Amino acid sequence: MLEVSNLECIRGDRRLFSELNFDLSSGELLHLHGHNGSGKTTLLRTICGLITPTNGEVRWQGENVRRLRDEFARELVYIGHKNAIKADLTGTENLRIACQLDGIPVSEKQAWDALERLGLRGHEDLPVRVLSQGQKKRVALARLLLNTSPLWILDEPFTALDKAAVSYLQDVIQTHVANGGMVMLTTHQEVALTRGQVKQLGLGWKRDGDV
Amino acid sequence: MFEIVRAIVMRDLTLAMRRRSDVMTTLFFFVIVVSLFPLGIGPELDTLRMIAPGVFWVAALLASMLALEKLFAADFEDGTLEQMLLTPQPVFVLVLAKVFAHWLITGVPLVLLSPLLGLQYDLAAETLGVLLLSLLLGTPALSLIGAIGAALTLGLRGGGVLVSLLVLPLYIPVLIFGAGAVEANASGLGETGHLLMLGAILLLALVAAPVATSAALKISAE
Repeated sequence: MLEVSNLECIRGDRRLFSELNFDLSSGELLHLHGHNGSGKTTLLRTICGLITPTNGEVRWQGENVRRLRDEFARELVYIGHKNAIKADLTGTENLRIACQLDGIPVSEKQAWDALERLGLRGHEDLPVRVLSQGQKKRVALARLLLNTSPLWILDEPFTALDKAAVSYLQDVIQTHVANGGMVMLTTHQEVALTRGQVKQLGLGWKRDGDV
Repeated sequence: MFEIVRAIVMRDLTLAMRRRSDVMTTLFFFVIVVSLFPLGIGPELDTLRMIAPGVFWVAALLASMLALEKLFAADFEDGTLEQMLLTPQPVFVLVLAKVFAHWLITGVPLVLLSPLLGLQYDLAAETLGVLLLSLLLGTPALSLIGAIGAALTLGLRGGGVLVSLLVLPLYIPVLIFGAGAVEANASGLGETGHLLMLGAILLLALVAAPVATSAALKISAE
């Protein structure tokens, strides 16, 4: 279970959020929304541990994530605005090195399969540089298909994707949640996923982000 | 752990092979700077022999510093760096792997080419050997120390100038003992002491620099 208690973040002299409390248990999806600049990305990065919060703490299974470090990293996949793929490497090379760093080495075959499932058949051995924005995003998202971590933190995962990819990604996310995973995501797009039985968290207009 | 180091080194070498021009700039810089001195000073063999150790080492220092820019910048921009900070691997191991790959790409060619360039300075065969050995021990230390500066200035405007201000003073001990080793051999004093000191500096950098670099990277990634 992921718990956020009394979280506050000040960047420069702007208070992005404060007294933020919520939790996320297994089998739950949390949709984080808010206008541009309301601190969504900052919140996601704070939860991952990339940003030190000004106040408060993030706990994973009851322990502060800053103390857990490697153990928490093993349980987490973060896909941010930046795709974290190397333009000069091919899709499979990118995917294999990313999975290796996550501590789950995958074979060439598994990487090809994952890319194919994301509709990149025929593009697996091209340098990512020549792919379109949406295709690059798909390469980055292919990690989700191979990863076994329970907690997914996705920052705008649907940007640049076409309709088919959006609906496929929603299926992937729903399956993960149904299997007891936890997902926290932001999106400005209207997708079916965020309308159902999901937790909503608004930043910006409410001072304390009630769930 | 070893698998991870191997994977990162292989990745960076592959990237360097696909972007060869980036690699060549450092090497050409070194070759040109070292070759300019004999052209500028003229065929005064005694003078050339005397300045050779200093010229080689200062050129190596500057070449190493120029190459620092590329150590983390690309990974920082495309987001792979923040993913590295979120992996279940200790960050200093990843840093060590990246610095090692960086040294293989920018340091080793320069070391291997130095005996050939040394011929321009009329250095004795034995002195050329010492030059090679001193650079072999010294350049990895330069890469390790420089990595701290490169990590601290990531994403800053004018980071290039700042990195030289941060890193060059820290390079001084390597310069003194590196050039000293070559000089000592040329003058017949024996280079062992200097080389041992270089080795000691390398070991110290190997222990301390990756930890400092990973701390700096975490600050830069915020």
